[in-house]
Amino acid sequence: MRASGPFLFRAMGDVGGTILVVVLLAAAILVPILNGLPSSSPFFLSNYVVSLFGKYLCFALLALSVDLVWGFSGILSLGHGAFFALGGYAMGMHMMREIGTRGVYGNALLPDFMVFLNWKELPWYWYGFDSFGFAVLMAVLVPGALAFVFGWFAFRSRVTGVYLSIITQALTFALMLAFFRNDFGFGGNNGLTDFKDILGYSLQAQSTRTTLFAASAIALALGYILCRFLVQSRFGRVLIAVRDAESRTRFLGYRVEHYKLFAFVVSAMLAGIAGALYVPQVGIINPREFAPANSIEIVIWVAVGGRGTLWGAALGAVLVNYAKTYFTGALPDAWLYMLGALFVGVTLFLPKGVGGTTQAVIAKLWHARTPKASVAQPQAGVAE
Amino acid sequence: MTKLIHWARAAAVAVGALAGASSAGPAFAQAVQPIKVGVLHSLSGTMAISETTLKDTMLMLIDDLNKKGGLLGRPVQAVVVDPASDWPLFAEKARELLTKDKVDVVFGNWTSVSRKSVLPVFEELNGLLFYPVQYEGEESSRNVFYTGAAPNQQAIPAVEYLMGADGGSAKRFVLLGTDYVYPRTTNKILRAFLNSKGVADADIMENYTPFGHSDWQTIVTQVKQFASAGKKTAVISTINGDANVPFYKELANQGVKATDIPVVAFSVGEEELAGLDAAPLVGHLAAWNYFMSVDTPENKAFIAKWQAFIGNTKRTTNDPMEAHYIGFNMWVQAVKQAGTTNVDAVRQAMYGQKFKNLTGGVAVMNTNHHLSKPVMIGEIQKDGQFQIVWKTTGVVVGDAWSDFIPESKPLVADWTYPWVCGNCATPKYAN
Amino acid sequence: MGLRQLRYTEVRELSTSLTPLPGRVGPPQPGAWERRFYPFEQLPPASLATPMVHAILIQALGRLGVAAALCAALLTSPASAQDAVPNANVAELVQALATGPDFTTKIQATQSLATTGDPRLVPILQALLDGNLYARKADKLVVIAKEQGGVLTLTDPLEDKQIGQAPAADFERATVNNRLRTVLQTALGALQLAHPDAIRRKASADALFKTPSLEMIEPLKIALTHEANAGAKRSLAIALAATELQFAATNDVRTRAVATLAVYADPNVRAYLSGRIGGIAAGAPAEEQELKAAMVIAVAEIERRLANWRILGNILQGISLGSVLMLAAIGLAITFGVMGIINMAHGEMVMLGAYTTYVVQMAFRQYLPEGLDYAVLVAIPAAFAVSGLVGIAMERGVIRFLYGRPLETLLATWGISLILQQAVRSIFGPTNMQVTSPPWMSGAIDIAGGVVVTYNRIWIVVFALLVFGGLILIQRRSFFGLQMRAVTQNRRMARSMGIRSGWVDALTFGLGSGIAGMAGVALSQIDNVSPNLGQSYIVDSFMVVVFGGVGNLWGTLVGAFGLGIVNKFLEPYAGAVLGKILVLVAIVLFIQWRPRGMFALKGRAVEV
Repeated sequence: MRASGPFLFRAMGDVGGTILVVVLLAAAILVPILNGLPSSSPFFLSNYVVSLFGKYLCFALLALSVDLVWGFSGILSLGHGAFFALGGYAMGMHMMREIGTRGVYGNALLPDFMVFLNWKELPWYWYGFDSFGFAVLMAVLVPGALAFVFGWFAFRSRVTGVYLSIITQALTFALMLAFFRNDFGFGGNNGLTDFKDILGYSLQAQSTRTTLFAASAIALALGYILCRFLVQSRFGRVLIAVRDAESRTRFLGYRVEHYKLFAFVVSAMLAGIAGALYVPQVGIINPREFAPANSIEIVIWVAVGGRGTLWGAALGAVLVNYAKTYFTGALPDAWLYMLGALFVGVTLFLPKGVGGTTQAVIAKLWHARTPKASVAQPQAGVAE
Repeated sequence: MTKLIHWARAAAVAVGALAGASSAGPAFAQAVQPIKVGVLHSLSGTMAISETTLKDTMLMLIDDLNKKGGLLGRPVQAVVVDPASDWPLFAEKARELLTKDKVDVVFGNWTSVSRKSVLPVFEELNGLLFYPVQYEGEESSRNVFYTGAAPNQQAIPAVEYLMGADGGSAKRFVLLGTDYVYPRTTNKILRAFLNSKGVADADIMENYTPFGHSDWQTIVTQVKQFASAGKKTAVISTINGDANVPFYKELANQGVKATDIPVVAFSVGEEELAGLDAAPLVGHLAAWNYFMSVDTPENKAFIAKWQAFIGNTKRTTNDPMEAHYIGFNMWVQAVKQAGTTNVDAVRQAMYGQKFKNLTGGVAVMNTNHHLSKPVMIGEIQKDGQFQIVWKTTGVVVGDAWSDFIPESKPLVADWTYPWVCGNCATPKYAN
Repeated sequence: MGLRQLRYTEVRELSTSLTPLPGRVGPPQPGAWERRFYPFEQLPPASLATPMVHAILIQALGRLGVAAALCAALLTSPASAQDAVPNANVAELVQALATGPDFTTKIQATQSLATTGDPRLVPILQALLDGNLYARKADKLVVIAKEQGGVLTLTDPLEDKQIGQAPAADFERATVNNRLRTVLQTALGALQLAHPDAIRRKASADALFKTPSLEMIEPLKIALTHEANAGAKRSLAIALAATELQFAATNDVRTRAVATLAVYADPNVRAYLSGRIGGIAAGAPAEEQELKAAMVIAVAEIERRLANWRILGNILQGISLGSVLMLAAIGLAITFGVMGIINMAHGEMVMLGAYTTYVVQMAFRQYLPEGLDYAVLVAIPAAFAVSGLVGIAMERGVIRFLYGRPLETLLATWGISLILQQAVRSIFGPTNMQVTSPPWMSGAIDIAGGVVVTYNRIWIVVFALLVFGGLILIQRRSFFGLQMRAVTQNRRMARSMGIRSGWVDALTFGLGSGIAGMAGVALSQIDNVSPNLGQSYIVDSFMVVVFGGVGNLWGTLVGAFGLGIVNKFLEPYAGAVLGKILVLVAIVLFIQWRPRGMFALKGRAVEV
């Protein structure tokens, strides 16, 4: 983010972000209406589209959270999938409890997978998930707490750069292996599935789906505003200073690790929320979400969208995932070529990502009209 | 592959035109809407190794059907998508197939978790899925036909064989598996079964490894150690896909011979063996409903057709391919019988549907959505094929709910009146 | 009538007393099948068949192997095999072997045949065991045949003469199952105790150990007395002791047998003893109870020694795992560690190497089948070249535009890795490719105490160390290495000294990729050759490099072996999954303690 820019940008926040928030809020209102139209109407939005974009919005929120740490504090996390998945598991656990006696074995006390694995009683860490509020709280707190503990040690020890990236990867990899274990009590490889309803509303109902979509849109909008507020504040300036010259910032007297830790924890919580919204919409959460490859993919969404532009990150997530959806259907045998070429192409030709490049173009046009405004700040995403 | 689809489509249109010519005249040929068959198999990612073959099998079967004049006078068109071994993507693609492409039926999935992932979608949209892989049972959905083996069609006969004189009268068992639901459930069923046969828990060792486990040194050593307790020991392997090659390589190199410690596998078929030198593995076993080496005219024709289609005379066939073969042909018969591709009508027509197995005998679709199929046990030969050493005399009815799991024993799956239920202890008396 | 053949019953009768019985003996007339069996040329004249001479003879022939001795005993047997089992009967039994309706029939046929002691049976039984016994579909004619390319070269089983060739489709292979296999091995074991080849003798003894029988006590004793080969002798001693323990009449002999067995720290012996212990019920006579107590002590003793061996086994397995990790990571230590490129396509370079191995092997099979055993050696430079060239192309085409933006190399190389995976899938198909291990890489050394080290893993350790040594030499001793270090340490300075940094970058990246390719050759011997091969090693590789310290090859070496050994020590206790989790957690904690890895580079150059 530029610290100082064209006047209009400063006044409005930024154009891209404003558009994003407006579109999101509009979607949150319009989509349920359009989905409710008769299917013959030209404006009808099918369930397929609703659930697809609901999923994309969760990914966008996740990308936003990664951009907050990578784009603004220089922490390249290759393990953000872990926070996302933990949030998802928290929500999944609640929905497992909601199944109650409707499971195949009709056991009121235990989820099906525990029944056939001979569990006799509910493990202690499943207590409390009967309550929706508790589950939501956990979806935020568990990722937050993990990020806090992890970050506390890592930032204090001044683990930086690739070392930090690789140990975040180790973290998510270890969690993946742990969740794969059936003995761990989270359903093993199958994860949590067979959900029936959320807060009493059937997950298969159209209204539930549109509500979840609207919730995701609003969450993304709020997440954006929060991140925007953070990076525009004094705190954000320090964060950017840390990103660009960590040692120098430390010598100026800032407790660098505190700033990084705070950003990391906030980011993990946002990722957890994204996960919690994602699970009811796709109907399954399983350890694959912890796979290091997934976390790398998140970073790639951000890079495609434009590191350091918050709305760009969100856009990148939607773009890449849409491309994936489209190509896996249209070119099932060649889509990896397309996706691979996209990644290579973006790095070579759009080094600032879609968002950064757009911003630069707009700024240039603005600059041409008002030659006196200064745009001398270095673009985020260039320097590491 | 896209070429193939184009080609298949072109063929479909041509055949459709021909079919049209015979009935309604060429003018209507273009207007004939194709019947769409969704193919939901991973073509990339970790499962591509197994699932791509099934995608090709489906294309072959559809191509073949079109050559014979299509279905209900309409050409059949394959809609192939790639869920990329990504379980949530499976659900998304299933929804895409059913709502966007509006397919009449879907053939797909391999892993249990991918099936669990698409299940709600098929139930919500009342789609029809044919699932071709041996699996853990404990499920019967109204919208899924399970053409692979249930545990009682694979695991139990295999263990009975091992305990019999021909199998070496094994008294001690190592249950090796990849840590996921199929091995866990199968091993639970087997443990209950073994206990019922008087095998003590001390004589059973269970061990689980992660997917794609590649370093088997320790486990093979442990197996050898466990086997040195003085009783004939056998290994029952539910190790999945990729991990098998390094496992068998380690077994062979550490000199574990089939005559000492036989390994019977439920996930190792001709295709997995094609990836390694089978000579040191001669005598290890696998239990399936189909083996490529079975000498019947149907099987020979199928193999010839497959190898011609894929353009490789070395390509193997395997059990899930036969499952798709039976499933697809049954579906075709059911559609013909129903005169429509409407899911509810086809489902009704599926019950009691019969089709000749490639290995002899006739497969029957039961009202619990599982097939009756023969069970065979084969020994690995040095050419990577199996020699059948045991075979059921008739067919075995696939059992959705295992009798060896106390919770599932009382459950019944029967989708016809009066039960109309996939997991009920009492009939529902509903439609 | 000719020479008499070895007969089970005769062996027993004879050898229990070692007193030869009177009988008519003709001059040796080695027939075709006899040549395949014993060195009959060494047979003594018949007139020597008296007890005393016999004993002398045995001593004299000791060096020549027990074969002659056993034969000598047989020379004096009362009736000829042909008399007892007419040819017609043998032929009938052989027919049953090949075309019997079920395995029980075949097993009975094998056992009946074995009691005839007819040495013509050895090749027949062996053929059945090896899957080389066929029956013609048309008329059930039994033949021994070797298949090559769908054509069978036929041999008459009883006459040992070639009877032409025929298409394989006309014949049906005789089926075998494990039970029959065991019976066959036992039968062959009895028939081959005197085989000239020590490995066969050992195998015979091992087979007899598995299924001890009273009849074999004396033949085993004879064989043991004359055995010179250490390995075979050990097996014979174990087999004899086990047989005695099971069948000897006096408790004295049996107790001695237990004592003999207790000496061998061998899992099979432990298995055998445990089995015997289980066979003695609580209510057995006092004598039995004593024996049981002795066996329990023996098992405990063996177990104690086996446990020690297992520690060695763990270390060896750890070294082996470490070498695999090191091979997978060492290329990355250059591209990532030295050049600072987060090369996500590193795994795919390994995969390309594995596929190159496959292609080279196919080429050999096609054009130079006699050299197939050494295809893997040719594959090493080929894989280096293929992966290296792809690496150079990658560097020149994409990565060189990204220097100074290390994290963006992650994005680009990830894209390239997707493309490479899919390319391989399109070209070779998604299924596993078969890479066979050459004979010199197959099998294992049985060190002792159940510790088995497989040859392919030994070679991989050797190979890994050679690669590492070579790399260190290049880096430290060659001019290119000097340039490489100069460019990575201070690019501008290096350029101003006249080094073409672009060229050095390309070659360095090519070197790292090429070494990854060579790792692929090694991995193809123990893992799947599939498009996913690389993916499964990429995370581990990064861990190793970071754990060891980025930019330091020695760190990678120590890191890989350290992680490998720790992993292998944890695995037996914690299980494969938990062991790995613990290792990962340990890495995370270790990095907190040493934020720049084990061998941290000092100075400014390391700021990545």
